[in-house]
Amino acid sequence: MALLQISEPGQSPDPHQRRIAIGIDLGTTHSLVAAVRNGVAECLPDAQGRVVLPSVVRYLPSDGRQIGFDALAQLVQDPENTIMSVKRFMGRGLADIAHPERLPYRLVAGEGQSATGMLRIETIAGAKSPVEVSAEILATLRFRAEDSFNDDIFGAVITVPAYFDDAQRQATKDAAQLAGLNLLRLLNEPTAAAIAYGLDNGSEGLYAVFDLGGGTFDISILRLTQGVFEVVATGGDSALGGDDYDAALGDWVLQRTGATVLSPTDKAALRVASRACKEALSASNSVAFSAHFSGAELHLNVTSDDFDAATSHLTARAMTAVRKALRDAGLDREEVQGVVMVGGSTRMPQVQRAVEAFFGTAPLNNLNPDEVVALGAAIQAQQLAGNRTQDDILLLDVTPLSLGIETMGGLVERIVPRNQTIPIAMAQDFTTYKDGQTALALHVVQGERDLVADCRSLARFELRGIPPMAAGAARIRVTFTIDADGLLSVSAKEQGSGVEAHIDVKPSYGLSDDEIARMLQDSFATASQDIAARALVEARVDADRIILATRSALEADGDLLSAAEREAIDQAILALQQTAAGDDAAAIEASIKALATRTEAFAAQRMNRGIRQALAGKNLQDI
Amino acid sequence: MNLTDTDFELFDVPAAFAQDAAALDARWKALQREAHPDRFAGQGAAAQRVAMQWSARINEAYQRLRNPLKRAAYLCELKGAPIQAENNTAMPAHFLMQQMEWREALEEASTSQAIQALEDEVSSARKQALAACGRLLDETQDYPGAAQQVRALMFIERFRDDINARLDQLGQ
Repeated sequence: MALLQISEPGQSPDPHQRRIAIGIDLGTTHSLVAAVRNGVAECLPDAQGRVVLPSVVRYLPSDGRQIGFDALAQLVQDPENTIMSVKRFMGRGLADIAHPERLPYRLVAGEGQSATGMLRIETIAGAKSPVEVSAEILATLRFRAEDSFNDDIFGAVITVPAYFDDAQRQATKDAAQLAGLNLLRLLNEPTAAAIAYGLDNGSEGLYAVFDLGGGTFDISILRLTQGVFEVVATGGDSALGGDDYDAALGDWVLQRTGATVLSPTDKAALRVASRACKEALSASNSVAFSAHFSGAELHLNVTSDDFDAATSHLTARAMTAVRKALRDAGLDREEVQGVVMVGGSTRMPQVQRAVEAFFGTAPLNNLNPDEVVALGAAIQAQQLAGNRTQDDILLLDVTPLSLGIETMGGLVERIVPRNQTIPIAMAQDFTTYKDGQTALALHVVQGERDLVADCRSLARFELRGIPPMAAGAARIRVTFTIDADGLLSVSAKEQGSGVEAHIDVKPSYGLSDDEIARMLQDSFATASQDIAARALVEARVDADRIILATRSALEADGDLLSAAEREAIDQAILALQQTAAGDDAAAIEASIKALATRTEAFAAQRMNRGIRQALAGKNLQDI
Repeated sequence: MNLTDTDFELFDVPAAFAQDAAALDARWKALQREAHPDRFAGQGAAAQRVAMQWSARINEAYQRLRNPLKRAAYLCELKGAPIQAENNTAMPAHFLMQQMEWREALEEASTSQAIQALEDEVSSARKQALAACGRLLDETQDYPGAAQQVRALMFIERFRDDINARLDQLGQ
């Protein structure tokens, strides 16, 4: 055991060693938090020793809430205020929900931008956005981690389904902010699983990760070489998971018995009974289905053949996505060395059989399918926090869905095709179609279909101030940039005049900055804190971090700078130190920005050196 | 090194059509090990921005270099024979005839086997056209000729996409 160091209050002994980074698997059915301790990734348990937190939030009349097992226990008694599977609503509008009548909730259109906004769930404590509900789950896990380490959390990696679109990713990022978490990275769930699996087994070569969770399905094909996790292709269905198997079984039971469910309580009871029956069928060929409805008791026998037949269309949907991903990767199924099974729904025997039949090899189930994603996220978090790790890994992930722009006639012009390694910037030139046209409306969409109407609308913005020209004379370059979180920003520039417009896609389905600010005020996670005091603490932490990073950069590559350049950077550091000693958060932020600007050229020179070293075949680590 | 260097300079490989795929892959990963934003987490906005630019530039170069058709088009461009696919659609008659035959065959094909057979035929035509393009670029340095080959290959590529879309519809 390490000896504990006692340090001055407010000072940490060594910032490099003391950054606590966590990985969070924010799942449809349940969520977990993991961290690397003593070199080993492990899931953190709650006070009762349970690592799994059911992703269920119950809102109480008096502004209180229950989260996890306590909420789950009230699911049937209080179905309308007990929100489960909220992940399926993230970044989604009312029209996106396939069978709202099956759900016990009162779903309403989001505020603000008409019916295209993210939906809200009407509860006894008011209308809740899916982002707020998810933030409650994240905050609960954050508190658990803080209690485990008895310290503040430096940052978190949160996993999302690989097939999540931009709106769903942005919603997850917003939830992290609301929960008071410093988000280090959004990481794709199959990639996280591959990290945990690959490092555990020392694997090299081509692997598929088959991730069937409670509400989402992902398939990723990865190439593992010497610590590099390269995603070759990914595919899936962000509305296919264990919940759908439950619902299909429920429908089958209703059809078989002629029973009907109408009340929220009955709907919740049917969901719970179907899930219990499905889980029992993983271990047994025949199970007694029983549910108590307000009208009647329902009992019947369900065999695994019945269940298979009632759900075969769902398994087939998953296998179609697998074929498509393989084709995108340009690979034959025989080239895949192993299939790693992830997600609780892969426990269903029919799913295991379908995967084995397709790949002709027994699926790999040697890691706990519930924990593996959180463990991989913790390993990545540890590295992103700048903590030294023995495994030097590099992730090269891809964007799951094509991105484009609406053109004449409601057609999509694709700018970034799916399965591009991120980060990536890609551009396409457009022109005006009318003489003297001075503005251009840009509509950004995501999806694989040719018609705008069949794709997801992400954002609309306008490029104004184009000098009047003949139709077709303007050259407007639209650039899509996708960052390492898979989030998109778009810029447009008229090449002749230099007129420019830019948007961080924070789209129709997202929350506005105002909404986030208000939710932060109301938020459970932050309500007890003084917002201003928190901003000051965060600004000081940021200042310390950047000074430290700059100093270590100077130590490594200071020889690249002239005396004058060195002097300018030293002065910016000094200025930041002075403002950080005061208590004006805005001034500290401004000094941080100034230092960043002052070091920009230095950062570029350092990068240059790094690239040259890579080309010369040596890394700094090898010298 | 500069963000505006050519893909070949950035990867430090000869500016030629013939490339060793494994070497490109290894070079790509070595470069990303230096440049990826994950390498600069917590190092402030300036370092992040630079890393993002370089990492995106390296990915852009790699996706062009690894893809033979894109690589050929890029080389033609560099050697002063731009492709200009929108303005230059004049193709030899026999090529257009074959395109029409293929399109008819795709429309008539009703089974996935028939479509697969067509895909095999198109794939082998593509391979031949690529080899011819490579000879024009690396051996005879006939860049306008290579550009013409690239335009033909773009037709073939688009047709292959249509075949794949049909296979998708059939749930294969």
